[in-house]
Amino acid sequence: MTATRATSSAVDLVDDHAAVPRVGFFTDTSICIGCKACEVACKEWNHVPHRQPAWSGKSYDNTGKLGADTWRHVAFIEQRRASGPDQVELAEVPHGAGTSEGDARLVTPEVAAWLETPDRSSSPPVVDPADLRWLMSSDVCKHCTRAACLEVCPTGALFRTEFGTVVVQADVCNGCGYCVPACPFGVIDQRKDDGRAWKCTLCYDRLKGDMTPACAQACPTQSIQFGELAELRGRAHHRLEQLQGAGVAGAQLYGADENDGVGGMAAFFLLLDRPEVYGLPPDPVVTTRDLPSMWRAAAGAAAALVGAVALAAIGGKK
Amino acid sequence: MGVMRTIGSWPVLRQMRSGDLLGLGRTAQSEHTARLRPRTDAADRVVDSVCPYCAVGCGQKVFVKNGKITQIEGHPDSPISRGRLCPKGAASRSLVQSPTRLQTVRYRAPYATDWQDLSLDQAMDMIAKRIIDTRRRTWEEQDKDGNTLRRTLGFAHLGGATLDNEENYLLKKLYTALGAIQVENQARI
Amino acid sequence: MGRGGATTFQQDLSQSDLIVIMGSNMAECHPVGFQWVVEAQQRGGRLIHIDPRFSRTSALADEYVPLRAGSDIAFLGGLIRYIIENHRWFHDYVVNYTNAATILRDDFADTEDLDGVFSGWDPAKRSYDATTWQYAGMDVAPSAGQRDTEAAVGETHGSGGAQLEHGNPPQQDPTLQHPRCVFQVLRRHYARYTPEMVEEVCGVPREQFVRVAQMLCDNSGPDRTSALCYAVGWTQHTVGVQIIRAASIVQLLLGNIGRPGGGILALRGHASIQGSTDIPTLYDLLPGYLPMPHAGHYENLAGYIKHNSAPAGFWAYMGAYAVSLLKAYFGDRATRENEFCFDYLPRISGDHSIYRGIFDMLDDKVEGFLVIGENPAVGNANSRAHRLAMAHLKWLVVRDLQDIETASFWRDSPEVESGELRTEEIPTEVFLMPAAAHTEKSGTFTNTQRLLQWRDQAVEPPGDARSDLWFAFHLGQIIRAKLADSTEQRDRPILDLAWDYPTRGPLADPDAEAVLAEISGYDSARRHISGYVDLKDDGSTTCGCWIYCGCFADGVNQTRRRKPGRQQDWVAAEWGWAWPANRRMLYNRASADPSGRPWSERKRYVWWDAEAGRWTGYDVPDFKPTMSPDYTPTEGSTGPDALSGTEPFIMQSDGRGWLFAPAGVRDGPLPTHYEPHESPCTNPLYGIQANPTRQLFPRPENRYHASDGEPGAEDYPYVFTTYRLTEHHTAGGMSRWVWPLVELQPEMFCEVSPALASERGLVHGDWATLLTARTCIEARVMVTDRMVPLRVEGRLVHQIGLPFHWGSRGLAVGDSANDLASIVLDPNVHIQEVKAATCDIRPGRRPRGPRSTSSPAAQVRTTEERA
Repeated sequence: MTATRATSSAVDLVDDHAAVPRVGFFTDTSICIGCKACEVACKEWNHVPHRQPAWSGKSYDNTGKLGADTWRHVAFIEQRRASGPDQVELAEVPHGAGTSEGDARLVTPEVAAWLETPDRSSSPPVVDPADLRWLMSSDVCKHCTRAACLEVCPTGALFRTEFGTVVVQADVCNGCGYCVPACPFGVIDQRKDDGRAWKCTLCYDRLKGDMTPACAQACPTQSIQFGELAELRGRAHHRLEQLQGAGVAGAQLYGADENDGVGGMAAFFLLLDRPEVYGLPPDPVVTTRDLPSMWRAAAGAAAALVGAVALAAIGGKK
Repeated sequence: MGVMRTIGSWPVLRQMRSGDLLGLGRTAQSEHTARLRPRTDAADRVVDSVCPYCAVGCGQKVFVKNGKITQIEGHPDSPISRGRLCPKGAASRSLVQSPTRLQTVRYRAPYATDWQDLSLDQAMDMIAKRIIDTRRRTWEEQDKDGNTLRRTLGFAHLGGATLDNEENYLLKKLYTALGAIQVENQARI
Repeated sequence: MGRGGATTFQQDLSQSDLIVIMGSNMAECHPVGFQWVVEAQQRGGRLIHIDPRFSRTSALADEYVPLRAGSDIAFLGGLIRYIIENHRWFHDYVVNYTNAATILRDDFADTEDLDGVFSGWDPAKRSYDATTWQYAGMDVAPSAGQRDTEAAVGETHGSGGAQLEHGNPPQQDPTLQHPRCVFQVLRRHYARYTPEMVEEVCGVPREQFVRVAQMLCDNSGPDRTSALCYAVGWTQHTVGVQIIRAASIVQLLLGNIGRPGGGILALRGHASIQGSTDIPTLYDLLPGYLPMPHAGHYENLAGYIKHNSAPAGFWAYMGAYAVSLLKAYFGDRATRENEFCFDYLPRISGDHSIYRGIFDMLDDKVEGFLVIGENPAVGNANSRAHRLAMAHLKWLVVRDLQDIETASFWRDSPEVESGELRTEEIPTEVFLMPAAAHTEKSGTFTNTQRLLQWRDQAVEPPGDARSDLWFAFHLGQIIRAKLADSTEQRDRPILDLAWDYPTRGPLADPDAEAVLAEISGYDSARRHISGYVDLKDDGSTTCGCWIYCGCFADGVNQTRRRKPGRQQDWVAAEWGWAWPANRRMLYNRASADPSGRPWSERKRYVWWDAEAGRWTGYDVPDFKPTMSPDYTPTEGSTGPDALSGTEPFIMQSDGRGWLFAPAGVRDGPLPTHYEPHESPCTNPLYGIQANPTRQLFPRPENRYHASDGEPGAEDYPYVFTTYRLTEHHTAGGMSRWVWPLVELQPEMFCEVSPALASERGLVHGDWATLLTARTCIEARVMVTDRMVPLRVEGRLVHQIGLPFHWGSRGLAVGDSANDLASIVLDPNVHIQEVKAATCDIRPGRRPRGPRSTSSPAAQVRTTEERA
């Protein structure tokens, strides 16, 4: 991991409205039951249109990934522990094209070996259910401290709210799409019909009314917790210690570190395995890492440009 | 004044005044964004309800504006659900506002190949007649040993587990008075 | 347990040291209730999930135990044996609060003596005479023994134990050594349910079984409690009632009933399924679990009451409940002189349940059918038979939110597609009526913990949509108007009915609060009654449902109480109203020891306050509030006074929890392992394969499979079990038309293990056809290690998981799993066995087009040959 970060400017960005504490989500995947209430509550509140439904065969996940019409997404990962409780190396249970007889690579190694036996007179191997894990995790926009989507947006459609969250304004967005490749998580996405970019707003309108975001409000087990970021981080560390103390292999925080490649995430996670198992980049880096100095220069130029005319205008309003 | 407002809302100026020199924060807000409030703030009424799906009995708050439901979400006061909902409960607004919901009576005549329209009053009258006629044709006063029966096996009812107690009470009372005993519901299903 | 409801409430799970979920997939089917399980875990409690499938519940369990579908009693029986043989039972609780010490008659014979049946078995009638199951020295209980063999006796005691006649306390041996005492009979009955036998029958490794048994015992006792949660994974078997009985025995032996963090929580699947048995739309019941009168058993009210009441416990006042109901039904017309119009009630004479009704429809015995808020064309076992049956009706009324499969069976059912039914030849006249949604009417649901919660109306229903209250009321008005001039005797009940409810609003909807007030009850001065102890049998009180009596006490809608939970303790007694008498936990006197003190400080709940001379605690005591622990009944006491101050099970006529059921159960006094009706295995415990009293309907529309060892069993070698997904609701009427849910689970699929996939050549993501003698359906294939093949009786048993939500209509269509199931029922409550049956599975889609007359299996074979 590289350690060069423009942390100071990142903090400046977030602290623009320092009067309001920064808020976010702590998603504790160890108590996620994969019910998808978050996905539905989000759609109902934000009037997110439905997609053309399609059965994916990827465990119980038929939403696939975050996108313009999916602002919360629950990932399902079926695992079999390879060997021993300390062994974090977990074999993915077959999904995808097939498990027909000829396609041994998609069945578990034991079954594959059994298939190799000439007459298969022996019984096929039986899974020890104690080795099964079914990981579930509700993914969402991370509302990064250093949000590349926001930094590349040329129209000002994306902005940092007083809560420290990153929101795209549909009435400003012109659909240029610069933000889409900028996001290191593949979160922000353009809607096909109108071309504009959409993503989780952390229910900005609800926050303004002192309401909990819809997904966190609905979450039956409080796997999704909403609150002040500093408090959430403390809670997450406590929970992590609890799980590690209980010997839960692979428990780790993701996005809780201010020194990571995006300056920390306002939506961070407690995972039970490596991030890539959940489809999360292991070491996300803000794609505009080298931009801050350029932006500072731009800000200075803007101030100069305004000059006397602008100051006169302000004076004229008095 | 219009000119002044235009100049005053010029993004660069907003940036200057707010100290948001990078233009990524509050100064980037549109008027729409600045005015944004949760739509539930505008509700005329907030009605206490209970989720219609399973038997956990989650509390729901139903927000109503101009006679239309604008949002249904978990009721934080409920000691059972504490404001939470499952995906079905969270979809309650879509359930009750489904565009495919029936709003008129559909009638299929014997041997017909399609639905036709029927007024509610006419449908009620026809159903009452069907019940009266069937009951008359199939009435059993006594069994072969002379024991009282006072009943009809000519029509049956199914349903109740999704109904209100008051509804089940009136249905059972009506059926019992009519002598109908094949009254059943999903409690067995 | 003597009452037709959960003994505990969902929030109380947070107090559990161990929660065992078995026969339920709680995290998926009751996600919001599951928060209390998670909370228990976060407080250090443990969770065990025992289920044929590794589900989203298993994912959060500390221990997942895969179990062969339908082997639950073998597992629970194994627990009973483990508890007894290892002396882990809660001695003082068992001796004082259960019937362990009660001595049985000397002519009782166990399944151990008779190779799988109890004494009293009549093979010709396929039923029992329960006389020999009685306590020694007692009279025969007539209600259970003499009632028609097909009536659902188990249900008629939903709020009270089965009747047991006795003038004196039963003979007991508190040392539990008497060879005919219940404890010793129980010990002998389960002696062969060893960990080895559990392994052989259930496919659960013995080490894992013992680990579970130890955890359960370690977390039960004076200082710790364990809870059991179940759902239709237990009830939908031919031995459903007996599985729940077995669970009750486990919990009674461990002293977990009536105590915080303990109990048995029935998790019900519809908003008011509890309410619809309390105020029943069931053929054999009247409100409050009063039995429907039975033809020929009595000719008058006195006979009906004598036949159905008990001398001890609260069931002794059944006459007051029945007369108050008749007053609610027939008002001023009901007088002492005319026996309160008892004669107006229709009589049942056997099984009139829906499944019997379906076959009667097929035989053209039924002309009309009203389906209100249900979708039998998808949701009932052998739904295909239901669709065929509806084509025999003269008229059909369907009330729903959407144009569901039941309403449109005549135009796009699979049978129309196959040519078995031709639309132009179906005589059925169909009325599809738009119904109001839950936000469009006021009223109460009764949730899974017996809690009545009032909903306020938010908006008016759209168009011609109306509440079912409106439908019932106005239909009654129209019928009464049409019959107003009738002089027929049969029309008197409908004309004399008390049917004058105030209406309100632009649609003239009846006032639901007026109906609820009638249910709650009035005295002769029209004052609201505060509780069922005030009901009278002299006609001076009216009450529409005695167990709901008091829900409108003081003229206040108690079900509308909404004191926020965070301002109350976990019992939350001021939120809504629970029956009976707002008690949240049943039999809670058992949370104190015989002297009235809490068993431990950690588990205090209700206790005797000697100074105040009354029971007190966190909940309404489920006991006579001033009856001291040292009270002993005197000669001639009746009702609750006939029970002593140490007998907490006040609805049972002996005041004790029944380890052994001397009455009230049709298929035996002790739960016994029988194989499912269709099973690939042979019962290794007895010579009797399946429940001998199960209710069968052998007909061409309902063909059964051979079981293990019988010719033809190899045609259907796999076990299938049906279930729900979080994202859908039952037969789909409330979810398959809702976009946000449809996109989450858009298609019917089947879950199979990699081993079965390779054995049958099933390809993940491709299609499979599932076959039974009833029909065949198709589903997408989900190959997953979560389906664990089990080693049973020395071979591998494969189980197939089938969600049952889909049908031919809606935003997402698919075949219905219930088409595969046969109709074979539990003898007590007529519930179908859809949680364990046999089938075959093959790769590829099902045949389409005209259906041949041959069996589905032969049809698929032909299709395969053509391909």
